[in-house]
Amino acid sequence: MSTSTPVAGPSSLSDALVALQRKEISSEELVTGLLRAIERWNPVLNAYIHVNSEDALACAREADARRRTGDPAPWLGVPIGIKDNICVRGQPCTCGSEILKSYRSPYDATVSRRLREAGAVFVGRLNLDEFAMGSSTETSAWGPARNPWDVDRVAGGSSGGSAAAVAAGMAVAALGSDTGGSIRQPAAFCGCVGLKPSYGRVSRFGLVAYASSLDQIGPLTRSVRDAALLLSVLAGRDPMDSTSLDVPVPDYLAAVDRAPDHLRGCRIGLPREYFAEGIEPDVEQAVKAAVADVARLGADVVEVSLPHTHYAVAAYYLIATAEASANLARFDGVRYGLRVPSEDVVEQYERTRAEGFGPEVKRRIILGTYALSAGYYDAYYLRAQKVRTLIRRDFERAFQQCDLLLTPVAPTTAFRIGERILDPLTMYLGDIFTVPANLAGICAISIPAGLDSRGLPVGLQLMAPALEEARLLQVAHVLEQTRPRLPRPPLASRASKGSPA
Amino acid sequence: MNERRTFSADLAAEVRRVAKLARIYVSEDDVAQWTRDLGRILEYVRQLNELNVEGVEPTAHAIPVANVLRCDDPAPGLSREEALSNAPAARDGLFIVPKIIE
Repeated sequence: MSTSTPVAGPSSLSDALVALQRKEISSEELVTGLLRAIERWNPVLNAYIHVNSEDALACAREADARRRTGDPAPWLGVPIGIKDNICVRGQPCTCGSEILKSYRSPYDATVSRRLREAGAVFVGRLNLDEFAMGSSTETSAWGPARNPWDVDRVAGGSSGGSAAAVAAGMAVAALGSDTGGSIRQPAAFCGCVGLKPSYGRVSRFGLVAYASSLDQIGPLTRSVRDAALLLSVLAGRDPMDSTSLDVPVPDYLAAVDRAPDHLRGCRIGLPREYFAEGIEPDVEQAVKAAVADVARLGADVVEVSLPHTHYAVAAYYLIATAEASANLARFDGVRYGLRVPSEDVVEQYERTRAEGFGPEVKRRIILGTYALSAGYYDAYYLRAQKVRTLIRRDFERAFQQCDLLLTPVAPTTAFRIGERILDPLTMYLGDIFTVPANLAGICAISIPAGLDSRGLPVGLQLMAPALEEARLLQVAHVLEQTRPRLPRPPLASRASKGSPA
Repeated sequence: MNERRTFSADLAAEVRRVAKLARIYVSEDDVAQWTRDLGRILEYVRQLNELNVEGVEPTAHAIPVANVLRCDDPAPGLSREEALSNAPAARDGLFIVPKIIE
């Protein structure tokens, strides 16, 4: 096994599963390779904020031992990276915040339990914007994650650590969470696949809540097939999350593996509002090239309208911050997390929260509290919820004319670190193409389209009606086959040419 | 939110009021910064007023499910030790907080 390449052994989740099952590689070798890549690249990229080196190796050895005795657990020894707002028993869960810097989860999130039961190994905790509030991973108390394609640029956010780790070969696959684009946008910026499942498809139990009516956990992977694999472990009803839906889980892997080599009979909608002003020419060109390809594969391409798109960011930032202001009330220095001691309990709350939360989290709590407070509730929060209905209806109407929507993920490719962080509104406006799917509860995926003229990845977004992940993954897989395979990010190519490891 | 009053100088007073409600201590610098930020964001979200939402039902959850019930069966939860494992201060199996009642 070469030590100079960033990933030793199989690089995709699909390959890793097969190689482990055929005993071509042991979990210990696989995890060792990842730990080496992490040791080498994490000081540059800051994707992991905690690495479980010893624990992960011990679990890998145990998985190998179990496999030798014929244990049929399908994911035995498969290493997965977890965004640091999803609980894994015994491991830190800081949410990128000072307020939880010393916190360790006393329990597993349902997604972690499912992965554990399938045999997966947890490699480490991935960087994120503080409490998932941000679009660049710059609000993390641990510093920004960096983009493997250009380390002076953001990895996107909030699941920037997950995307950077997968793209740079420091993780085979990772979990993220998506409240307004937090899986899809970093996947687009880093050149990997990111899936936001429909609301209720995956249990949120053990995900530290940001905006409960919008949050979903989903995979960040190297391929659409890998996303299907991971979703099939995550999806399904959970008694611990009353919003998880009690509906059958289709065979996502079969949907991908039985995908036809054409798109005949498939109606792809192009919402005209997503091609309006403000989108970079390279991004537009990449999406247009994909449109030409789906047409060539036989799809009916139709123009549709989502007339309330322009209002989605405003509605989102009122609803999400209102929910956040309630959800983050629990961080009061009483039961867990930071405490700034005081004789007076109210002063203790106020000092603890002032010191424990960073500027963006406080800004959102203030906005959300304002929008919910007496005298403003109807004008802001209630109105935003009504606009949410209009946005939902836009999608219902569009999906009468087409099966899926094809759009850009973000108006630009990865921006420079520091470029937007002092201007919250500009940062928020970059979420214009991703927040509507969360508001409407539908599923959406980001896949790599190619590189822009600066050599940065561009993403394509496909959106499908709620619970239509099988259709979404199938078409995404077909489209993925038409895209040029991305080279390795410059970091990784530097490594494989490069200096001794 | 049609009233310009919201965006005048008493937004600073609103920031102080809201910070109190949210139990976040604010310095004068914070008030100045957040008043600017909040003012700008509120001005942006005010565009929702352009829409006629007369008779439109609000959406609280995109995929509503109602009356989700489960059997009231006892099952193991966190142990007391686990529940207290992250406590900033604990004694005798209890969370310790400042005195609240005289």
